[in-house]
Amino acid sequence: MNPFKRRALISAIALAAFSVVSTATLASTAYVSNEKDNSLSLIDLNTLEVIKTIPVGQRPRGITFNSDFSRLYICASDDDRVQVLDTRSHQIIDELPSGEDPEQFSLHPDDSRLYISNEEDALVTVVDINSRTVLAQIEVGVEPEGMAISPDGNLAINTSETTSMLHWIDTRSHQIVHNTRVGQRPRHVEFTRDGNRFWASSEIGGNVAVLDVASREVIHTLTFKIRGIHPDKVQPVGVKLTDDGRYAFVALGPANHIAVVDAQSFEVLDYLLVGRRVWHMAFSPDQKLLLSTNGISGDVSVIDVERLKVTKSIKVGRYPWGVAVKP
Amino acid sequence: MFVCGGTNRRLTLVALALALLSSVVATTAATTAPAATNTLLTIKIGYLELLQPRPPVLSNVLPEPEDSGLQGTRLGLRDNNAGGRFLGHDYQLLEQRSDQLQPLLDQARQWQREGVQLLIVNLPAEALLQLSNQFSSDEILLFNIGAADNALRSQQCQSNILHTLPSRAMLTDALGQWLLSKKLKNWLLVQGQRPNDLAYSASLQRSAKRFGGRVLATKTWSFNTDLRRSAQREVPLFTQGPDYDVLVVADELGDFGEFLLYNSWLPRPVVGTQGLTPVAWHRVIEQWGAAQLQNRFQRLAGRWMNSVDYAGWAAARSIGEAVSALNLNAAKPLRQHLLSELFQLAGFKGRKLSYRPWNGQLRQPIALVHPRALVSQSPQEGFLHPRTELDTLGFDRAESQCQNLITGAVK
Repeated sequence: MNPFKRRALISAIALAAFSVVSTATLASTAYVSNEKDNSLSLIDLNTLEVIKTIPVGQRPRGITFNSDFSRLYICASDDDRVQVLDTRSHQIIDELPSGEDPEQFSLHPDDSRLYISNEEDALVTVVDINSRTVLAQIEVGVEPEGMAISPDGNLAINTSETTSMLHWIDTRSHQIVHNTRVGQRPRHVEFTRDGNRFWASSEIGGNVAVLDVASREVIHTLTFKIRGIHPDKVQPVGVKLTDDGRYAFVALGPANHIAVVDAQSFEVLDYLLVGRRVWHMAFSPDQKLLLSTNGISGDVSVIDVERLKVTKSIKVGRYPWGVAVKP
Repeated sequence: MFVCGGTNRRLTLVALALALLSSVVATTAATTAPAATNTLLTIKIGYLELLQPRPPVLSNVLPEPEDSGLQGTRLGLRDNNAGGRFLGHDYQLLEQRSDQLQPLLDQARQWQREGVQLLIVNLPAEALLQLSNQFSSDEILLFNIGAADNALRSQQCQSNILHTLPSRAMLTDALGQWLLSKKLKNWLLVQGQRPNDLAYSASLQRSAKRFGGRVLATKTWSFNTDLRRSAQREVPLFTQGPDYDVLVVADELGDFGEFLLYNSWLPRPVVGTQGLTPVAWHRVIEQWGAAQLQNRFQRLAGRWMNSVDYAGWAAARSIGEAVSALNLNAAKPLRQHLLSELFQLAGFKGRKLSYRPWNGQLRQPIALVHPRALVSQSPQEGFLHPRTELDTLGFDRAESQCQNLITGAVK
């Protein structure tokens, strides 16, 4: 047997063994990208322990699953590519062109197009996953970052950090149809489930704007006040909305807190203390748990959504950045 | 990571590279222009620089860039235009550099007659004041990126000048806070003989007084030996004296200061204009998203971005933010907006930047660096201020004898 075949066989056996274990527990798994460790940490959401660490490309940041969770797309920023991880074998099975320095991206609901922010080039690159070709590159403002696509797939919103703008992109024509100026350094966009609104955070502006899609207007701007923390250090980044429309969670970066917001009245209900420099978040499939990546403390905080309590912190790799959960 | 197959993988990579290459080619054609907007507003910004001869210095191995400030300003203009095109705003930079002051003053007047009301100015203090006095505060707005003089922020404030370059006091306060937080209380101060060295030295003494440092002795470097040959002999003797915690040096041009490191009588750290240095900007800053700014600058200028470049960039970006907010290009309303609480600038320093209304200084954190790393950023934790800790650096409202620039002059 030549070495190649032997290695393939071994990996197949390892793979089989692993899948037996994973089906036996039936747990959902959180995937966390570790920006400065070039790895993913996998957390079992039953035991809340790290069960595996997978080496990936350089400086992994944004990560997202396809709709059947068979693949995980990874922005390997310093490799200038998007990697495709097979979630059964945990092997990188493909690499996609991404433009330079991909940071965040969003997968179109059709499962075939990735909208990627190229931070260095002031571009949004649209990649067709199946043909591995670039469909379009759209010029946006300086340092594009946040990227979200409406649930109906018609609208993509990109944030450009230095231009402090939200760019509204028509996903059929790939033209910018509207621009909205928001607070300084917009970072992240999150659509409501019905697609009628989206929330956009501004890191240096220190606020979160809620926009109405039909009128293209800002309908509310949220600000935050935490006792004992200077307002300049309250820097919103990640936003997550519960499917029932009840809560919004806003990660406040170096303020080390997550704000709990009533998603209807926009009233800030509470601030939850998590790890240091909290950026992105993800729910468990039943939305009973919320996980946050805390870059400087190198851990993930676990929040009980019903009780609004932080219940655990889990050590992961260096500078955890993104998190996504597979059922 | 890739368990199976070196060869296969290499093939895939080649295929991928080909695919990528062809896609890039296809892409260039497919690049979509932004939502087409006509130019609705043109913003002309003048850049003035007095080219000053650099006196001979002992430590002259690494040359200083000859376009400090200009390149940073150009980058700021580019960044403005990248966003401005979505609003129909077109920013244009007019550049004038000269080794004579008069042509610059004339040029400014000429531009002003042609409607240019915003100038980014890289001049020493005296020339800046001359320029400023030519105009009322309503007809022009100057951004000072070349003069760090404390007097411009404390006694000689001009209502038509904003400062994006930190004052010397901001730098030495940033250093002083760090020294005190490290319990390095007893300083031996070594200064050069040039006016700028004495100004830096005076600023260090002010910082010592503010934060509780003690200057045990002040020594003036007056040797004319070539230290590249004899530092090991001269410096130990020169730095003898009371037992100090730290050697603080005021040598802005870098004449002798570099040779104090590792040569002092007592094995002590060297800080100030050499060694650990307080700066507005340096290549080693990569936190707070700064890596992208550094890369953009490197691509534009082919060198590292420095503090004067940062001041030029911040001036241009301040204009960009204010113009975007107000949708106009006249000096007076822009100045009012820039000095108001509504204005904020994301400047890759971890928090928003704004202007002090009493003296027009851009508030900003100050980095403490050595040539290869960022050591710290001031304000240091524990130096508190009722409004913003950034105002623990430089001249606070009560310490500045300037009138309130908004209420005093613009009404």
